[in-house]
Amino acid sequence: MFWTPIKKFILIIVLVLAAIYVCLPKNFSILGKKITRPDLNLKIAGFTLQRSFDTHLGLDLAGGSQLVFQADMSKISVDKQATALDSVKNVIETRVNLFGISEPTVETSVFEGKDQIIVELPGISDTQQAISLIGQTAQLGFYEIKEIPATKTASASAKPVATNLTGADLQSARVVFDSQTGKPEVSLQFTTDGGNKFADITGRNVGKPLPIVLDNNVIEEPVVQEKITGGTAQITGSFTTDAAKQLAIQLNAGALPVPVNLIQETTVGATLGALSIKESILAGIVGAAMVCLFMILAYGKLGIIADIGLFIFSVITIALYKLIPVTVTLPGIAGFMLSVGMALDGNILIFERFKEEKTKHEYHQALEIAFGRAWNSIRDAYAATLITCFVLANPFDWSFLNTSGPIRGFAITLALGIFISLFSGIFVSRNLLRVFVKERKQK
Amino acid sequence: MIDWMKYRWLYLLISGTVILTGLFSLFKWGLQIGIEFKGGTLIEYQLGKNEDQSVFENIVKTNGVQFISVQKTSTGSYILNLGQVSSDQRQKILTSLKTKAGTATELQFKTIGPTVGSELVKKTLYALIIAASGILLWVAIQFKSFKFGISAVLAMIHDSLVTVGMYSLFGHFFGAQVDLLFVTALLTILSFSVHDTIIVYDRIRESKKNYGESLYDLANKATSQTMVRSLNNTFVLVFMMVALLLLGGETIRWFVATLLVGSISGAYSSPFVAVSILVTWDEIQKKFKKH
Repeated sequence: MFWTPIKKFILIIVLVLAAIYVCLPKNFSILGKKITRPDLNLKIAGFTLQRSFDTHLGLDLAGGSQLVFQADMSKISVDKQATALDSVKNVIETRVNLFGISEPTVETSVFEGKDQIIVELPGISDTQQAISLIGQTAQLGFYEIKEIPATKTASASAKPVATNLTGADLQSARVVFDSQTGKPEVSLQFTTDGGNKFADITGRNVGKPLPIVLDNNVIEEPVVQEKITGGTAQITGSFTTDAAKQLAIQLNAGALPVPVNLIQETTVGATLGALSIKESILAGIVGAAMVCLFMILAYGKLGIIADIGLFIFSVITIALYKLIPVTVTLPGIAGFMLSVGMALDGNILIFERFKEEKTKHEYHQALEIAFGRAWNSIRDAYAATLITCFVLANPFDWSFLNTSGPIRGFAITLALGIFISLFSGIFVSRNLLRVFVKERKQK
Repeated sequence: MIDWMKYRWLYLLISGTVILTGLFSLFKWGLQIGIEFKGGTLIEYQLGKNEDQSVFENIVKTNGVQFISVQKTSTGSYILNLGQVSSDQRQKILTSLKTKAGTATELQFKTIGPTVGSELVKKTLYALIIAASGILLWVAIQFKSFKFGISAVLAMIHDSLVTVGMYSLFGHFFGAQVDLLFVTALLTILSFSVHDTIIVYDRIRESKKNYGESLYDLANKATSQTMVRSLNNTFVLVFMMVALLLLGGETIRWFVATLLVGSISGAYSSPFVAVSILVTWDEIQKKFKKH
């Protein structure tokens, strides 16, 4: 065979070194020397391969907020609901992006006629502002006051009536500060069409109030002094700077086609997330140490091989988490710990089988038989767990199954762990043992 | 060789006791349903000084929010279980706590509307049905036998009953709540249960090819052959899970506890439930054939 155990052994070492390289933190120090690990940045024949090698942490570890909004589709006809939900998603995406939150995700989910928008905001723990930013419909309208002449039953009155000028006629909105009072204002720039409409409206309403209405609330009722033709307007209102900024973002992103209500919020502070990471790492180290010790006590030299296999399993797993990338969550860490158990289960199955076969065959042969026979059990048994992982991870986004991030994190880490443990348990341990056995023979 | 199958009455006694205890607790106290399924709010606070339950209860109730429970974590923070909380009420509670305890920070905030729960229950049921039928199908195909498949599924049901029953006890005595993580753990246990069963079955299948002994002897042999592996593997899982249970923090404590109970039950049930049922079934079948 072309690949001798020694060659495979060298391959394993190269692989492990590469995995360790990826596993290292970005900045670390050895003997007081600070080292920064460069990221992958390859350019081969026009292809650029770039990876940052950072661990992607879920909201429960990094801190952040998940908001679930339900869209009120009661006024939208059924055939237009999908489009409406899509445009809600786009508007919300634009709003959070304009707000300057790093790496937000906005997803939609439809289940039994309920349309939901799931927004994840890493690093945000003060959610009140975010909720009002995202959740407001932001339907801007300019109204004019129509006189209603006196009738027999009622005296003359005035009634605000919506004009054809709305937020959709805006080109842009931005926050400006009044040069005299220093108060924040929102400056509106209309499209050409919107500017013409605005000129018309102001022209016929000179001397009259022109209410500016946001989501059915009058925010300002300025009195028109003269026809405005420049295509710009100022909303002075009585804003705080934050509120003015928020309104500008909402106007720029456009109004939501349907109202949305917050139905679920999960917020984890960064301190709790950091504590969870610390606790998990400690638990992982203690658990792994106990397991390694147990393997050596139970299987002696073979146990040491299993422990080396476990180390290789761990670095490859963590390297893959970073490369794929897998979002690491708290349940995901539990999934990783369980997959460590499964990886060792592969080894234990083989070693027990080996003990049995050793009484019937010579050492080297017994080893090969043990690997061959145990493989059947391992393959069949792992498949059962992979079925569950598939259902939990819901890779095709089936709407009738869960889409919860932490649960998916668990399923993905467990499934990944199973595949890698097949590799580390069968390929790595087997070849380590082959090399080990050969040396024994030579003695 | 040890005659494992001779002591089937003992396994029935052990399983029976555990399951009946669980069922008793389940009927008497039920399960503590978490906010993910029934709606409500969970807030974790870090306070400047220690406070009693009555303080939290007062502040929460004054602000017109339903108070369910408060729990102190191992790190000294407090987890409050409340009814629906508006963002205005949330601010007021935080302010009141600040005045009372000097400082107060929200470590975690989770609120779930009342309509979300029913949706989740349905999704959970679908997941359970799909996973369980997938596993059943896999066992049936692998072992080409109805008998093997049903016995494996009965062991799976055994493990689920043990886990749910124990969780009811955890809920009653320690306040463990049924949430999405519990469901995840339960699904994982289903597959772990079958994982172990397949490994024992596999040895029966292998010996059957070679020797053609009676199922009773094959079962004894397979049980002996897999016993050490089963024990060692359980030790490994127990070490990992206990470390995570004791050191891994509050959030996944009950999730890990469930996995721990389930994996022990899964390892136990493979020879002592699945294979025991298989052997008993075979014996009954033979008796009928004789008559």
